[in-house]
Amino acid sequence: MLRLTCPYCGVAAEETELAPGGEAHLARVGPEGNDDAFHAYLFERENPRGVHFERWRHAMGCGKWFHAARCTVTLEVFGTYPAQTTEPPAHIRAAITAKRPGWAWRGLS
Amino acid sequence: MKRYSAFAIAREALRDHTGWGRAWGNPEPRRRYDAIIVGAGGHGLATAYYLGRNHGIRNVAILEKGWLGGGNTGRNTTIIRSNYLQDPSAAIYEKARSLYETLSQELNYNIMYSPRGVMMLAQTEHEVRGYRRTAQANALQGVDTEFIGPERVKALCPIIRLEGPRYPVLGALWQPRAGTARHDAVAWGYARACSEMGMHVIQKCEVTGIRREGGRVAGVDTTRGPIDCDKLGIVVAGHSGRLAEMAGFRLPIESVALQALVSEPIKPAMDVVVMANTVHGYLSQSDKGEMVIGGGADGFNNYTQRGSFHHVEETVRALVETFPMLSRLKMLRWWGGIVDMTGDRSPIISKTPLEGCFINCGWGTGGFKAIPGSGWAMAETMAKGEPGPLAAAFSLDRFREGRFIDESVAAGVAH
Ligand SMILES: Cc1cc2nc3c(=O)[nH]c(=O)nc-3n(C[C@H](O)[C@H](O)[C@H](O)COP(=O)(O)OP(=O)(O)OC[C@H]3O[C@@H](n4cnc5c(N)ncnc54)[C@H](O)[C@@H]3O)c2cc1C
Ligand SMILES: [Zn+2]
Repeated sequence: MLRLTCPYCGVAAEETELAPGGEAHLARVGPEGNDDAFHAYLFERENPRGVHFERWRHAMGCGKWFHAARCTVTLEVFGTYPAQTTEPPAHIRAAITAKRPGWAWRGLS
Repeated sequence: MKRYSAFAIAREALRDHTGWGRAWGNPEPRRRYDAIIVGAGGHGLATAYYLGRNHGIRNVAILEKGWLGGGNTGRNTTIIRSNYLQDPSAAIYEKARSLYETLSQELNYNIMYSPRGVMMLAQTEHEVRGYRRTAQANALQGVDTEFIGPERVKALCPIIRLEGPRYPVLGALWQPRAGTARHDAVAWGYARACSEMGMHVIQKCEVTGIRREGGRVAGVDTTRGPIDCDKLGIVVAGHSGRLAEMAGFRLPIESVALQALVSEPIKPAMDVVVMANTVHGYLSQSDKGEMVIGGGADGFNNYTQRGSFHHVEETVRALVETFPMLSRLKMLRWWGGIVDMTGDRSPIISKTPLEGCFINCGWGTGGFKAIPGSGWAMAETMAKGEPGPLAAAFSLDRFREGRFIDESVAAGVAH
């Protein structure tokens, strides 16, 4: 069972307490975007085999949305961080690099 | 290869079964094939089979990283039905169901198709309305279904409890010609028939790269060396995203775990398949007597072929409500598969941005029932370079163009 620590209330929550919210850090497409950009925003998910960034909600706890960095092959959790950011903070990226040197995800590494 | 028949059984019985021979070959890969199919699951093998049977393309290799049928084809709960709402879905699933009816004879291999009937329970007013509508749509599509009341449900499946505490059974969508088949046998039967046509089914051969020349496909790199081809078909279910990345395009697909479990074998207790979509559970009894149970998919990306325990708990809790006798059963085995979910939960059979490269994926939680029809449509697409009538609606560009095939009523989560 997956356990994620909520970065707001600090509870080490089990999966039954959490609601998955899909891929994190999707950049919205505004009125200036074209069909390709809109299609990519709506449908083209990263779906990686390895390091992934996701949105989760502490649904049965404090109710807050947050982010998690996770491996989709081993289910290892690299860390969690608040939702008010457009990309993973440096300490999360460093934690991933320590365990998965050379990782890459949507232009991040 | 030996033809299987009653006569063959008698003959072999007289000589201690020494004369059966291999059902399919174990060849070394050649340097080049006219067509390569990646993935020896049901859909890949059926694609190869119909390439040979319908289009005369026989210089074909099917490359499989593990063993044939070891992906979702060998992990599913084998429900076969075609009672979908939208016309393109009804067409391809009904084509598949009708091919299943005679597949044992066609392949000379017993796939144990059992048209025992599938019942989709309506346990909310919303479902009653949804299934009544589906029954009307099916009548127009030529798919034989009807909406039945609770008494018929109870008569068809006596172990059901109609007055469940949370979700009473209000009726069901009943497809009498739907049913189940032996999943391994479907893969094995197609593999044997492909091998018989001179095709190469190559196991333990993982595709690690896709070679391109001047905007078209030139071949693949594999763990057993490079192999050239004119046409490439990617049919790898949960791994589609990885293969698309090798080919240089992206897919509207996410890979998640779907689980199933079986009980200890018991005496015959139900001879239909029951699906309860409101509570995410479905149930049938195998020929061995095990109760075969499946539920909903997990909600997050996962490549481990292991799902979350609490989903199984939810499924079993829901089924025990509707089938109280299940509470006494011990569960024997529990497993997961990685299913490929698209943005509209309908599959993709399509050309791709890479010329000569075709893809068949997105069958998600419900593609076993589609294997013969999907192989038929994919083979036509690969042979002609353009999709035929069965495949056209399932093209990759439907997401960009907003032509979704919205099966949320009929197929949302279940099989
Ligand atoms: C638990 C569960 C229950 C299900 N229940 C039902 C049901 O009741 N009814 C129904 O209709 N459907 C059901 N399904 C869905 C059904 O199993 C799938 O849609 C269907 O089997 C997909 O077949 P496939 O041939 O596309 O994929 P698979 O059978 O998964 O075959 C793909 C193959 O590609 C291979 N592969 C992957 N990457 C590579 C590579 N790089 N190189 C070479 N080979 C590669 C894999 O090893 C695999 O063997 C269920 C699925 C699961 C997991
Ligand atoms: Zn919290």
